[in-house]
Order: sequence, then C-alpha cells, then structure tokens
Amino acid sequence: MKDALGDVQSVLVLGGGSDLARATCRKLVQQRAARVVLAARKPEACQTIAAELEAAGASDVHTVAFDATDLSSHEAFIASTFDRFGGFDVVLVAFGVLGDQARAEHDGAAAVEIVQTNYTGVVSVTVPLVERMRAQGHGALVLLSSVAGERVRRSNFVYGSSKAGVDGYYQGVAASLAGSGVRVTIVRPGFVHTKMTEGMKAAPLAATPEQVGDAVVRAIARGNEIVWVPPVLRYVMMVLRHLPRAVFRRLPL
Amino acid sequence: MPEDRLLTGWGRTAPTRATVHTPRRLDDVVARVGAPNARGVIARGLARSYGDAAQNAGGDVLLCTDLDRVLAIDVEKGLVTVEAGVSLDTLLRVLLPLGWCPMVMPGTSYVTIGGAIASDIHGKFRHGTFADYVDRMQVVTPAHGVSTLDPDGTPDAFWATAGGMGLTGVVTDATIRLQPVETSRIVCDTERARDVDDCMARMLESDHKYRYSVAWIDCRATGRDLGRCVLTRGNHAALDELAPSQRSAARTYSPHALAATPPWMPNGLLNGLSIRLFNEFWFRKAPARPRRDVQSIHRFFFPLDGVRGWNRIYGTRGFLQYQFVVPYGAEHVVRAALERLSAARTPSFLAVLKRFEHGSRSTIGFPIEGWTLALDIPIRTRLGTLLDGLDDLVVAAGGRVYLTKDSRLRPELLEAMYPQLGDWRQARAALDPNGVLCSDMERRLDLTGAGRSRS
Repeated sequence: MKDALGDVQSVLVLGGGSDLARATCRKLVQQRAARVVLAARKPEACQTIAAELEAAGASDVHTVAFDATDLSSHEAFIASTFDRFGGFDVVLVAFGVLGDQARAEHDGAAAVEIVQTNYTGVVSVTVPLVERMRAQGHGALVLLSSVAGERVRRSNFVYGSSKAGVDGYYQGVAASLAGSGVRVTIVRPGFVHTKMTEGMKAAPLAATPEQVGDAVVRAIARGNEIVWVPPVLRYVMMVLRHLPRAVFRRLPL
Repeated sequence: MPEDRLLTGWGRTAPTRATVHTPRRLDDVVARVGAPNARGVIARGLARSYGDAAQNAGGDVLLCTDLDRVLAIDVEKGLVTVEAGVSLDTLLRVLLPLGWCPMVMPGTSYVTIGGAIASDIHGKFRHGTFADYVDRMQVVTPAHGVSTLDPDGTPDAFWATAGGMGLTGVVTDATIRLQPVETSRIVCDTERARDVDDCMARMLESDHKYRYSVAWIDCRATGRDLGRCVLTRGNHAALDELAPSQRSAARTYSPHALAATPPWMPNGLLNGLSIRLFNEFWFRKAPARPRRDVQSIHRFFFPLDGVRGWNRIYGTRGFLQYQFVVPYGAEHVVRAALERLSAARTPSFLAVLKRFEHGSRSTIGFPIEGWTLALDIPIRTRLGTLLDGLDDLVVAAGGRVYLTKDSRLRPELLEAMYPQLGDWRQARAALDPNGVLCSDMERRLDLTGAGRSRS
C-alpha cells in the first residue's frame, strides 16, 4: 500500500526491460518497494535488472512473460498476474518502440508494427488493467508517454502519432478513474539518453533515465496527472503547440 | 444504502476507495461479516486514527456511528453499556450529570467506544488503558458470529480484540466501568519547564499528586530554548473546590465547537514560521509562575475539539502523527527526537509528552511503562528518512510506535516493536481464520502475517 509519505510497496512493470522503468524501479526500491514484477517479451533478458533491484533492497523480484503485440493474451495475463500477486500499488506501462521513421514511411508493415506496440498494445492491455485497478480501489497507473505526441513532427510522425494516441487514451482513462482511488500519471519525457535513443543526436533539454525516475516517483507520491521531464518542456511545448503550421514546418525538429 | 467513497484517516493522506455500509442494527453487522467482499471488511467509527487503520481499498467498510444507543446505565455500581458507535462526547454528556465519568479519556472526545477498544487508547491517565475498564464486550467475529468477550472468561480473544485494530472482529457493544466524580471540572496546575530534562524531572517527582498529567513541548524553539515545556496536570475537582457560583451547575457538560475550519485550506499555511509563532504564543500563554485554576473537562482533555475539522489546516498533502513510547531509562530517545526534528528544521505543530506507569494488556497494545512523545508533522519531502531514523532509535531502546497513529512504518520493524505479535496472530487466526477482516493498514504492515506486499 502507498503510505502517508507517498512511498509504495509493490510495482508491476509492463515493458520490464525499459531503461526508464529500470531507473524508476531503482528509486522506488530505495524508498519502500519490496516487490517488483517485471513483465517483458523476453523475461530472461530482465535478469540483470532483477538482480540490480534485489541488490538495491527489493525482497521479492519476479520476471514474467508478456507480449505487447499478442493482443489476445492480454486479458488472461492481467488476470493471472493480479491473482498471483494480489494487486499492485503501481503499474508502470513502459513498453514501446521507436521504430525506423524512414522505413515506416514506405513500408506499411513497419509502420503498423510501431503503432501496434505503442498504441493498440497499450490500449489492449489497459482495458483489463483498469478493471482490476478499479476493483482494488487504490493504486497508481503510470504511462510513459512522450513529448513527441504533443505536437507530431515531420521527423518521427509514426512514433509521434502513436504516442499522441496513447496519451489521449490515458487522459480519458484518468477521467474515467476519478474517484475510484486509482490515480493516473502520464509522463511526457523529451529526449532521454537510453538504449532506445543510442546513437542518435541528443535533442536540446535531453534528460537522463534517473531524472525521469525521480519525476515519476514524485508524481506517484503526490498523485500528479501530467509530468514533463524536464519540467521546462511543459512551457516549450506550450509554445510549439501554438506555432502556425508554416512556421512549425520550417523548424529543424 | 452502501455507497462507494474515498476514505482517509485523520491525517488525510493516502485515500482509497471502499464500499461504505452503515449498519443500524446488530443484524446488519452480522450480515456483512458473514458475506464478505473479496477484499474483506473493516469497521470505522469517527475516523480519528491518523493513518489507514479504518479504510479498506476495494473492500467493505462498516461505518458504525449509527450504532449509537446507550443501552443501560447502572448508577449504583457505575457501569454503562453502550453500542460501539457511541462517542465519548455523547457518553460524557449522559454520564457527567449523573456523577460518573470514564476512567481513560484521550485527546479528543470524538472517538467511538468501538474505536477506543480497537486501539486500546490511553490518555493523560497513567495507570491503565481504555480496555482495562471494559467489563465485557459483544463482538461479531467471522469464526463465531455474535459472541461476548470478557477479560476473565475469554482473555485471549479479549486482549487480542482490545488494541487489535479491528482485525479480530467488529465490536458492537461494551460495558464500561466508570469512576464517580463530584463535578465536571478539573483542578489544573500549569507550570513552565525550561527544557525536556527539567520537565521529565518534575513529572517524576510530583506526578503522583495528579490523576492526569501531560506536557506540551515547544520543538520549534532553538538553542537555549530547545524543548521548553508547559506542564499541565490535574485532578477531578471536588464540589467544595468550585466557586460558589459554579456549584449549582457543578456537573453540567455541554461543550460546543468555537469555530470550524473552512472546507478548503491553502497548502503551506502551516510552515516553519506559522508553527513557530503558534508555539511561541502557546508557551507565552502559560503563566511564568505555576498557577492553579479550575477548568472544564472539555478544555482540559480536548482543547483541539474546539476547532471542528482542524486537520484541514494542513492542506491537501495532509499530515501525520509520529507517536512512540520508550521505557524509562531511554530518555535520550525523546531528546534525540526533538533535536533531530529541530536540526532538520522539520516543524511539528504540536509535541506532547506523557508517561505510562502501566503497560497495555493487549497483545499488540501500545502503552508500555515509560515515556511517550507524540509529534504532529505536516507531510513534506525527506520526512520519511528522518522518521525511519527515529524508528531505529525507538526499536533499539525497546520501544514502539503507536499503530493507531501510524501511516508510514517499515513493516519489517513490527515484530521487534511488538514482541507479542505472535500471540496476537494466533488469537486472531482463531477468530478470523480466513482473513475476512482487512484494512489498508493490515495490507501495508502485514499485521496478521498473511503475506508481505499485498496491495
């Protein structure tokens, strides 16, 4: 259970291999979290992270198999995971792919793959997830979204549009869960140095996974609904969102 | 009609949603305990527990304040039988005019008798806890349904239920032994002490002259003034101690709230400065030289009841109360707590020091012989680390924190703080083998040992 200071005890991560989830879990374990369940397509690849969390003080770390694109498995996955562990204080929806924009512009299958994971996959698993969270009457449901969805750019619009969709979906989920005891947090990081962005040129205001982790932990404690990392992006995006299209297109973004 | 509501404790932290039922009769309680929600059921009264003891996320909560009948009063022997939802306030309004008064009174009159038993509350009275004066109680347990417990016939179940945080059964009525009083007033001696050591010495030296004693500590004062105290101690006033004009209404008791907190308060109202000013004022208000005066029971025991909903002044982030007890000989822990709070510039709005001369007989009751310090602290960043550090000192000294006030203890410290936890768990397992009774506190601390990190 979350305590008076906002510290939590149990966490489920969908996308257990994510660098941002890893940094977040490390912070949560340093506080009070004892149980972390890492769900990933290849659970064996999460062993390093599991060991790291155990070393940080978690007493009860598990890895389970979860395939974001195998939509028909989602309902049973959520049911069995919640039944097995009796519920979670935090569920972190962290899976997603960046994809190859250039290829996705010409290869329909590549574009669909990005959208299948980032949007359809999240929606599919969120439906049963919300049911279980609502029934337990408490908890934090955290989505790792992105600034890319706030105003979709030429340079990565397939990824950006999938994030725009999922961000909007979670805003609706948040509204539907008002008064249920479950708090929804939508995290919108800018460029973060992770294995997903390895080799890319860092954008201005780039953040580290640790900064994202700190922001998520604080948002869970306080029940904040929308979090920008770094926080100044809220204002940067406020401006970008209102730029006329003709100007926005000319920006080197 | 059951109603889904977000519930918190008095500290207004960590809200969760439960289905709230309002039983009006014993049968309603039996029905709910007999057909439990999958996430269990817990009783709730006036919600003065600071943390999550009386909330149950996703489960049922029995709001017992409509079980409010006074069933019998024996004015010869001084016994009263009431339903569990009767408040101490109601009890005093009924009993004082008849010349009777409960033995143990906490810091607020807005507690129910059921809650007083489940927390085995204490007060400024040093020689016993609330349940020491409970002759019998009726409890609805999952294993045995409606049953009557008393300390002689069913000691294990009785002392697991008293102080048992509602996890053994739902108390539905109780018979309480009373003390005779001539008036509804307290003769109160107020004096200042220059620091905590001075205050403790005075308490040890002359507490025996008083039935009730408490010290308020200014923990915002720094340097030379650190830990300056106001000591208030009193006895029930005899009729001839009242002014002649007061004697005709010697046993009246009809307090009313002086003010109410608005429903919405800005955050940050209680900050370092305002808390310091309040503490300065409170200290200055006490006479520089010892003074004796006659106070109403209400003013002496329940000064904060005058402001309805005072917990809202802490704003939306809420607050907590950190209350611990350490045995005599571990006075350094009390000093360390005050020093660390002061060093961390963590404001505590109210700090209260009391003594126990007898421990609770409940297997997980709070009082042990020693000193108890209670600190009201607004929720702020890094408070967790400070309190975790204090927990370690308290455990090392053989002390414990008070579950009724708790909202953030590390579960792994529970067994060290409550050595009789195993006995309690055994008694509880006999009364509720399937874990029907459940609260957020139970899930957070794993009191029953059912499993760590349930959510």
